[in-house]
Amino acid sequence: MIENMKTEKDLDQAGKDKKALEIIKLSIKNNIRQYTMFIALIGIMIIFSMLSNVFLTPRNLSTLFLQTAHIAILACGVVLVIVSGNIDLSIGAVVGLTGAVAAILQARYGLGIAPAILITLIVGAVIGLWQGYWVAYKNVPAFIVTLAGMMICNGLLLGVTRGETTATSSTFNKIGQSYLPTLFVESTPRDMIPHDTTIIIMLVVIAAYLFFEFRNRKERISYGFDVLPKTFFFLKLALVIGLIATVFIIMALYLGLPYSILILMVIGGLYTFITTKTTFGRHVYAIGGNREAAKLSGINIKNRILMIFVSSGILGAIGGIIFTARVGSAAASAGQSMELDVIAAAIIGGTSTLGGEGTIIGAIIGALVMATLNNGMLLLDVGTTQRLIVRGLVLLAAVWIDISSRKKNN
Amino acid sequence: MSNYILEMKDIVKEFPGVRALDSVCLNIKAGEIHALVGENGAGKSTLMKVLSGVYPYGSYEGEIIIDGKPQKFSNTKESESAGIGIIYQELTLVKQMNICENIFLGNEFNSHGIIDWNKAMRETKRLLEMVGLNDSPDTKIVNLGIGKQQLVEIAKSISKNVKLLILDEPTAALNENDSENLLNIIRRFKREGISCIYISHKLKEVKAIADRITVIRDGKTIETFDNDASVSQDRIITGMVGREITQLFPRKVHTPGETLMKVKNWTVYNPEVPDKKLIDDVSFEARKGEILGLAGLMGAGRTELMMSLFGAYGEKISGEVEIEDKTVKIKEPRDAIKNGLCYLSEDRKKNGLVLMMDIKENITLASLKQIAGIKGINENEEIKVANNYVKALKIKTPSLEQKARNLSGGNQQKVVISKWLMASPKILVLDEPTRGIDVGAKNEIYNIINDLVDQGVSIIIISSELPEILGISDRILVMHEGKFTAELDWQEANQEKIMHFATGGGH
Ligand SMILES: Nc1ncnc2c1ncn2[C@@H]1O[C@H](COP(=O)(O)OP(=O)(O)OP(=O)(O)O)[C@@H](O)[C@H]1O
Ligand SMILES: [Mg+2]
Repeated sequence: MIENMKTEKDLDQAGKDKKALEIIKLSIKNNIRQYTMFIALIGIMIIFSMLSNVFLTPRNLSTLFLQTAHIAILACGVVLVIVSGNIDLSIGAVVGLTGAVAAILQARYGLGIAPAILITLIVGAVIGLWQGYWVAYKNVPAFIVTLAGMMICNGLLLGVTRGETTATSSTFNKIGQSYLPTLFVESTPRDMIPHDTTIIIMLVVIAAYLFFEFRNRKERISYGFDVLPKTFFFLKLALVIGLIATVFIIMALYLGLPYSILILMVIGGLYTFITTKTTFGRHVYAIGGNREAAKLSGINIKNRILMIFVSSGILGAIGGIIFTARVGSAAASAGQSMELDVIAAAIIGGTSTLGGEGTIIGAIIGALVMATLNNGMLLLDVGTTQRLIVRGLVLLAAVWIDISSRKKNN
Repeated sequence: MSNYILEMKDIVKEFPGVRALDSVCLNIKAGEIHALVGENGAGKSTLMKVLSGVYPYGSYEGEIIIDGKPQKFSNTKESESAGIGIIYQELTLVKQMNICENIFLGNEFNSHGIIDWNKAMRETKRLLEMVGLNDSPDTKIVNLGIGKQQLVEIAKSISKNVKLLILDEPTAALNENDSENLLNIIRRFKREGISCIYISHKLKEVKAIADRITVIRDGKTIETFDNDASVSQDRIITGMVGREITQLFPRKVHTPGETLMKVKNWTVYNPEVPDKKLIDDVSFEARKGEILGLAGLMGAGRTELMMSLFGAYGEKISGEVEIEDKTVKIKEPRDAIKNGLCYLSEDRKKNGLVLMMDIKENITLASLKQIAGIKGINENEEIKVANNYVKALKIKTPSLEQKARNLSGGNQQKVVISKWLMASPKILVLDEPTRGIDVGAKNEIYNIINDLVDQGVSIIIISSELPEILGISDRILVMHEGKFTAELDWQEANQEKIMHFATGGGH
């Protein structure tokens, strides 16, 4: 033991660097999909910024984020579903139905915003319970259960809306359209004064990030494990902080941080925690990776699947609220085929259709890739036909690249 | 000048972080049976995958020469047409297809895409005769036992005119009879001029069948020698592990304590044939600090008995289980685990591992509670715990983050064993725990079992290898067609007695 420590200390700088490179290599290898998608995202953005001088403006980028929010939130939930080896085709219908519920509770029954939202979330959870029950306890394939769920929700949507469009109040619409208020200094998109609330939140996020990174590092050292050498560590910190700062500053220079993006950040953080840090998350991956082995390891598969669908239902409701608020009304056709965008986002972000693999951050990047393509092509006046085709091809290409890079690795 | 049909020269193959093969040389003479032995993770399977083109030319260094001609296989099709047939450690048959379809999968006799089934059936019949299988060619694979499936694999590879047949641990899952049968077939092939590379951890078989033996260790060729009478099993072991193993079965005298688990009148019906009893009114006890061996032939119901007790098998079950004098209801594996009953499955790929997860995640899967608090899973603690097992069981891996699928077969087994050790069971059922494990590691596992027993764990071990059952059990129950036919103390037990009762013989 003591000898071991000595030799470890004697490792010269070159040896340490080599070890660090190994760690970096391994982490890149394990997250190759996220990195490639992220680079692809930057690439797409560069191309559009060259083709259109509007693309890179804070105004356009902020709109882009706004358009992505609900898809990205829904993608967080569907990652769990797909990782567990299931699928949820009812997302779009749930978004439509819950959105309508939220709108109608306010317009027709005069409920306040808070109770309306609460009931809507409960409706989402109940839909999730229903679907989860059939999948987990009655062993009906999720494909069928959620296909049926989609039809049922579409029917209910038509019923509750009576085919009419219900407008929502401007206060409610803020959830999907507006930005956090400023705290101290008024700022407009035209001046170069950054939006102060956004900057404060940015500082909080960065501080929290630094806190966790340093605590992790200290803990690892106290366990006697390898850590990145200082230079690499600070380089990594600088990169991540730079990235966080860029996103926030873009928004700060326009109208600030939108509510919906704030919600996305909270949910993204929460789901990242769930998938990487909790036993529940670990169980979900194990179930998708090898259901039989998971069962024999004592995992309560039924309960886990039920919870996964409840989560998807609740996120569906949140998506429904944000989407309705963004559009400003609930219509009988709302949410139609939104599930396809959501599933595509998750899959582009590296979620394996066979289950067992996938990350939240990947899905959010996936959602951004799709939204960026859409936004950029709109700016370039590309027609709907071409836009749909391009997005389809991108989905295909992303999965193909993934499969062939995996083959090479093994 | 060389009379070698195959020469592999200085083969080097690297995976991220591992040098799996480090200039390995292997020469095969025409018409010989050549055994390839080595510890888990030594590189045997990898070497064969290089040879068969699974790892294409360019992904490794070194030369492959067949009949004097250098070869550059870029896929398995090319190696097949050069006369190389390989049967992998994991069977690759399509379970829902029949024998004939499997044999000609990808090589169907066809004209313009229309398959000539008559010809295929005739040809299958002929091939099945060659391997001594008299099932009909349209039997589905699911309905065949593992021994017969193995024969179908062989028939499949000889359908492609092999000159060199490679068998990677073909008998790991076979019982003695099936194994003997397989060895005879290989001997017959040899007379017909087919050479064979035979990989096995069962040194008795290696002794019995090989003309020459090559030992590899840590990705290097250690030696190649003729398998003549002067070569003993111990001699081979020393070459493999680089040290002597004095006692493969470390016999320790245990003093069994109180009864931990009591099973009364356990009856399990066949889930497919509801009227048929698979386990018929079985009662037994497992005691603290004792190794209970379950012997029997394949299909006697040992696995079904234990899986049903564990809550993982059967729908219609009657009987009673007491653990520590309390009657327990076990409906699902998690109930069993909560009550301290753990079960190591005989099929690690299907029931044991999550292949896409890494080593540490697999080890902690059944005991996440131990390392998780309100702040979630403590990853540092996880690494620490997993690392202890990797060290204790000498799991060969470049890092804890290695995916389970990238481990060698034997090391995968050690990962699953670690998983159950971590769950700190009171009663641990080990179903074929040393399948595919090298002698050195076997010995280590027996030592671990003995340690567990010393700590008061009750061990129940199922094994098809009689020497293993005889070597480590304190008490042996022999099963035949769902019933216990004998209970033997280790001192009175021997192979003949066990076989007598296992085949249904009476007292
Ligand atoms: N695809 C892979 N990626 C990374 N490492 C691998 C891969 N395949 C094999 N290895 C590593 O290469 C080494 C040799 O493995 P190999 O499967 O050849 O061993 P083996 O001699 O067949 O062992 P066993 O007797 O356990 O089957 C092991 O350390 C293993 O972890
Ligand atoms: Mg092997």
